[in-house]
Amino acid sequence: MNSIIQYFKEILQGVGSLLKGMQVTNRYFFSPGKIVTQKYPNNRKDLVMFERFKGEVVMPHNENNEHKCTGCGICEINCPNGTIEVISKTLVTEDGKKKRIIDKHIYRLGMCTFCALCVKTCPSDALAFSQEFEHAVFNRALLIKTLNKPGSQLMKGVE
Amino acid sequence: MLLSKISNALGIVSEPWWKVFYDFSSLTKGIDEGLRSSMSTFWAVTVEMVMIGVLFLLFYAAIGLFLVYAERKVCAFIQNRLGPNRIGPYGIFQTVADLIKLLFKELIPIKNADSFLFNLAPYIVIIVNFMVLAAIPFAKGLHAIDFNIGIFYVIAVSSMSVIGVLLAGWSSNSKYSLIGAMRSGAQIVSYELSIGLAIITVVILAGSMQLSEIVEAQRTGWFIFKGHVPVFIAFVIYIISGTAETNRGPFDMAEAESELTAGYHTEYSGIKFAFFYLAEYINMFIIASVASTLFLGGWMPFHVGNWEGFNRIMDFIPPFFWFIGKTFFVIYLIMLFKWTFPRLRIDQLLTLEWKYLLPINLVNVLIMAFLVLMGWHF
Repeated sequence: MNSIIQYFKEILQGVGSLLKGMQVTNRYFFSPGKIVTQKYPNNRKDLVMFERFKGEVVMPHNENNEHKCTGCGICEINCPNGTIEVISKTLVTEDGKKKRIIDKHIYRLGMCTFCALCVKTCPSDALAFSQEFEHAVFNRALLIKTLNKPGSQLMKGVE
Repeated sequence: MLLSKISNALGIVSEPWWKVFYDFSSLTKGIDEGLRSSMSTFWAVTVEMVMIGVLFLLFYAAIGLFLVYAERKVCAFIQNRLGPNRIGPYGIFQTVADLIKLLFKELIPIKNADSFLFNLAPYIVIIVNFMVLAAIPFAKGLHAIDFNIGIFYVIAVSSMSVIGVLLAGWSSNSKYSLIGAMRSGAQIVSYELSIGLAIITVVILAGSMQLSEIVEAQRTGWFIFKGHVPVFIAFVIYIISGTAETNRGPFDMAEAESELTAGYHTEYSGIKFAFFYLAEYINMFIIASVASTLFLGGWMPFHVGNWEGFNRIMDFIPPFFWFIGKTFFVIYLIMLFKWTFPRLRIDQLLTLEWKYLLPINLVNVLIMAFLVLMGWHF
C-alpha cells in the first residue's frame, strides 16, 4: 500500500518540479528586456565597459605632460613573460648627485598576458589599465609601445 | 475584385471570393470538376496528384525553414540572448544560408559500408513524413487524404521512420552510429505504445478514427474541455511520448552530441544530413499538428457555450490560422521541453515509459471508456 502511495507522490512531485522549471523558462522567453547580448559593431558609439576592465596598460599623464614613473624597474622584474622593458638613464643634478630617470618604458602589447602585476606592484602607481580594447593592427611593429610620452617629466613629489 | 471576376468567369467559385478561406471545399471541388470536364479521368487525377505533390513539397520546405529558424530564436530568447540576427532583418535568412552551406559540402562515401542502405536511409524518413502530412486536416476542405481510419494510418506510417534510423546506424559501419541507432530504435518502439494508447483515448471519446469527423465532433467544444480529466492526462502523455518519438528534447540520447558524437547520423554530411535534420523538425510539426487536431480542436475556432458575440468574433478568423496557431503553441511547448530539462539517460528513459507512462495510460483508457459509457462528458 505504501509503495502505491509513494508511486503517486513521486509522480506528482516530479510533474510539479517540471512545471516549475517550465515556468522559469517561459518567463525568460517573454522578457526581452533581460537580453544581455550587445550588438557589437553597431553600438560602438555608446559602448562603455565596466570599471575594472583590463584593456591595455597605459601610463597616465596629467595636463602638464607629467607622469609618475621613476624608472625603478619593479614592473619589469614582476612581469611574468618579459613584456615590459624599462630603459633608464642617469641624470646629474645641480648638487652633483646622480639620479635615475626614465628614458623609455617599452611595453609589448602582443606579449602581454593582462595579469595586472605591473599595475599592482608599481610603488608610485604610475601604470593603469585603460578601457581601449580594439588593438588589431596590420603591422606587428605597431604593437611595441612606448608608454611615456615624448618630452614628459616626472611629477614633482613622486619618489 | 479582379479575383472575383476571374473566378466567376471560370465558374470555379460561385460566392464572394474571400469565403474560400473559410471553406476550401468549394475551391477544390471547382478545380476537380474543371479538370474532369476537360480531360479523361486518368489525366485529371494525375494532374491533381502532381498539384498536391508540388504544394506539399513547397509546404514542407517552407515549414522546415521556418521551424529551424524558430528553434534557434526560441532557444536564444529562453537563454537571454539574441540568436541569429545578422543575415536578413532579425536573421530570417539564416536557414537559407545554412542550407547553401550544406549543399556545398562534400558527400563522403564510407569504405566498407553498405552504400545502398546508406543512401536509402534519409529518403525513408522523408517519404514517411510526406505520407503522414497528407492525412492531416489543415482547414475545412484542405485535407489531402481522408481515410476512414485516418488516425490509425498516421500511427502506422509514422512507425516506419524507425526503419530509416536503424538503417542509417547499421550502414554507417561505425560503432557510435550503431549504438546510437540501437538506442534510438528501442526508444521509438517503446514510446509508440504510449502514443497509440493516448490516441485511442481520444478515439473512444470521438467515436470514429476518421480525422475530419474527429474535428467535426469538436465543433461544440475542444476535446480537452469536453473530456476533462482523462483527455487532459492523455494530452500530457501524448506530448511526452511525442517528443520521445522524434528523438527530441530531453529524450535525445541517440544524438547527444557530447556523448555519442552525433549518433545515427554521424557519418552523413551535406544534403543527406540536411534531410535528417529537416525530418526531425517536420516530425515535430507532425506530432504537434496531430496533437492540435485530436485534443485542441483542429481547425475549429474557440467557442464558449452561449456567448454569441464572442463566438462570432472567433469565427471571423479563418480556420487555417486557428490550426497554425494551435500547432505553433504545441511546438512552443515542445521547444520549452528541450531547453528546460536535462537529458535523460537511456535507462531513465525506458523506466519512464514502461513503469510510469504505460500503466497510467492503460488506466486512463479504462476511465475514458467508463466515462463515455456513463455519458459523464460534456
